[in-house]
Amino acid sequence: MILLEVVQGGGLFSYAPLIIALPILGLIINIIFGRRLGERFVGLVASGAVALAFVIAILQFLALQAFPEGATIPIAEWISIGQLSVPWSIKVDTLSTTMMLMVTGVSTLIHIYAIGYMHEDVRFQGDPGRYARFFIFFNLFVAAMMVLVSADNYLMMFVGWEGVGLCSYLLIGFWYEKGEAGIGNAVAGKKAFVTNRIGDFGFLIAMFLIFGAVGSLQFDQVFHWVHEYGLANVGVLTAATLFLLLGATGKSAQLPLFVWLPDAMAGPTPVSALIHAATMVTAGIYMIARSAPLFEVAQSTANLVAWIGAATALFAATIAVGQFDIKRVLAYSTISQLGFMMAAVGIGAYVAGIFHLVTHAFFKALLFLSSGSVIQGVEHGHHHIEHGDGEPFDPQDMRNMGGLRSRMKVTSWVYLIGALALAGLPPLAGFFSKDEILADANMENMAVYIMLAIAAFLTAFYMGRQILMVFFGKARSEAAAHAVENPPVMTIPLIALAGLAIVGGALNIPGIHTLTDWLEHTIAHVHATEFNWLVAGLSVLFALIAIGFSWLLYGRKTMEEGDPDPLRRILGPIFVGMENSWWIDELYDFLFIRPYIAISWFFADVVDWRFWHDWFHDSVLGSAYRNGSRWLAWVFDLRVIDGFANGLGNATKGAAQRLSVLQTGYVRNYALAVLVGGLLVLSYFIFG
Amino acid sequence: MNIPPAYVLTLSGILFALGVIGVLIRRNAIVIFMSIELMLNSANLALIASARMLGPAQEALRGHVFVFFVIAVAAAEVAVGLALIVAIFRSKESIDVDEVSSLRG
Repeated sequence: MILLEVVQGGGLFSYAPLIIALPILGLIINIIFGRRLGERFVGLVASGAVALAFVIAILQFLALQAFPEGATIPIAEWISIGQLSVPWSIKVDTLSTTMMLMVTGVSTLIHIYAIGYMHEDVRFQGDPGRYARFFIFFNLFVAAMMVLVSADNYLMMFVGWEGVGLCSYLLIGFWYEKGEAGIGNAVAGKKAFVTNRIGDFGFLIAMFLIFGAVGSLQFDQVFHWVHEYGLANVGVLTAATLFLLLGATGKSAQLPLFVWLPDAMAGPTPVSALIHAATMVTAGIYMIARSAPLFEVAQSTANLVAWIGAATALFAATIAVGQFDIKRVLAYSTISQLGFMMAAVGIGAYVAGIFHLVTHAFFKALLFLSSGSVIQGVEHGHHHIEHGDGEPFDPQDMRNMGGLRSRMKVTSWVYLIGALALAGLPPLAGFFSKDEILADANMENMAVYIMLAIAAFLTAFYMGRQILMVFFGKARSEAAAHAVENPPVMTIPLIALAGLAIVGGALNIPGIHTLTDWLEHTIAHVHATEFNWLVAGLSVLFALIAIGFSWLLYGRKTMEEGDPDPLRRILGPIFVGMENSWWIDELYDFLFIRPYIAISWFFADVVDWRFWHDWFHDSVLGSAYRNGSRWLAWVFDLRVIDGFANGLGNATKGAAQRLSVLQTGYVRNYALAVLVGGLLVLSYFIFG
Repeated sequence: MNIPPAYVLTLSGILFALGVIGVLIRRNAIVIFMSIELMLNSANLALIASARMLGPAQEALRGHVFVFFVIAVAAAEVAVGLALIVAIFRSKESIDVDEVSSLRG
């Protein structure tokens, strides 16, 4: 009864700040006590903090049932300079609460999984002391992500935006002394950070433009302004949204800034699942959905968003086909799926984009965590048979796997569910969300639809390839033959996520449109797309054909150890391109990094060292200083200053010499002087 | 006998001028000294004359009192001056004031 009253009174909104505070509390406890109280305590505190945040998110959800228009909970005045006023306040509405629920829910499961995963990982990597640090970073990430999604203005969103970027950097380089040449992971972290900086620069410029035009960064005021004056200011809004798009391409790994995400797989697998698949990378989509009023006015930018999304979806899907690293396949798949979401928000199908964002979080987190489970199982097998020959062994290479279905039953089942959800087979979550995007694209933009449909076809193909390579056939290495299933602390979250991947589609099932009605309170002009049987049927047909192809290539004939990829024979050089990510990294290296380094060298060596240091500093400034001080010492000081002082003395002396003539020493002269003086005084009184 | 004060003042002026000339032109310290006494006394004479001009009034006594002061101070001055002359004579074997010109600049 009391709960009901609180819910109906909207009092639950006041708990919203806890959703940021709880993960911060968790990480503070872990910083102070983590090392002393051991792994069990650390894992419990970190997971508990996020689980409680999830409970808070549920409370917000309940409160929104009574007050769908949401609330803004002010926490503090933050910046107040002249016209600029940025409060620190939390916006609870249907969009942000959707994100809160998804992020904290998936985070909780991944935290629990990480308790088991990191227990093994820190031992495998040889530094158990780093266990607590991992969970501190993880909690920090959740806190930053909550700041991002709960922001009620662009600047606070930017704080969260940068915060998640920092955590991403810290966690990619978690094993910073490992990787290629001992710095591979650190380099990957740096690459992610620098690439994101380019996007962040765009976000900043966009904020400046918005503030310049509107005079505020508050979402409400900006959107109100856009509503009132937007059509008269399409130019500035187009510029602002273009820069926002640049920010989104960085954070959400879209063309042309997607290159950091595949390398980000250097981080531990729970990181890849949480940050680089489920939550952080969706920040760009969320930001565009949040800025929907701006993009609706700036139609040309929205079109560009759709094109970038579709191109990324297709481009990344082709690369995913040619990868052998189990996590890199998923990474390119993530980029591709983010492209789907981007295309959706670009064509104005915000609900479809958010819908896909949520379902993708479920099944991609599931896939990543399962891949972590696979990797760890294979590592176990590798340890089991290790004969000390020190032969380099990559536990992530799918060519070293095969036949894991019988050895890792739970993992293979949940992986299959995740893969089918990603491939878009009904009735799994991915089918409904992807189909809604495809149906919207079919109505709005045919070219985008075709690109996305091809990407969807490739998605089904590479997932089929991956499943067949990893779980079917026969073991292609000793390690895979001795792989073991992981403990329940890891498999139970997998089962939970698999459940979500199955039923997630119910969020916005055609004909009922729960999510559409829900988001309608926040995003204006959402429309429920009618289920398009043709589109849905075609995409299911394509997915089945793609899976059939993958079976023909990888399933029909068992792959032997050392066999080349069957696709290489068929596609030839195209496959080499896919395998090497179409040499995008090399292209960027040639186009940007080498010229950048050359320019840096030029500035460092020629401009800074030779010009400024050798010439300007040493020759010009140095000689000017030396000559100047010489002149001051020998000319100014000796002639002018000393001349003045000596001249004063000489003048006094000369005057005294001349005046001393008056002093004759004869008394009578003095007496005469007294007389004359007396007479003068007298005459003054008498005649004056 | 009633001498007009103007006469007395004129005499006093003549005496003062004689004293000045004596101080300025003579080199003998004793004579200069005497000339100074002459100037002092001429001043006394002028004071007495002025007192008479004011008549027998109570205020007229001031002039007389001045004169007595001057005489007393002159006596003291004589003592100091003669002592100086003696000191000069002891060091220079002369009382010629032109010999005492070591303050010449």
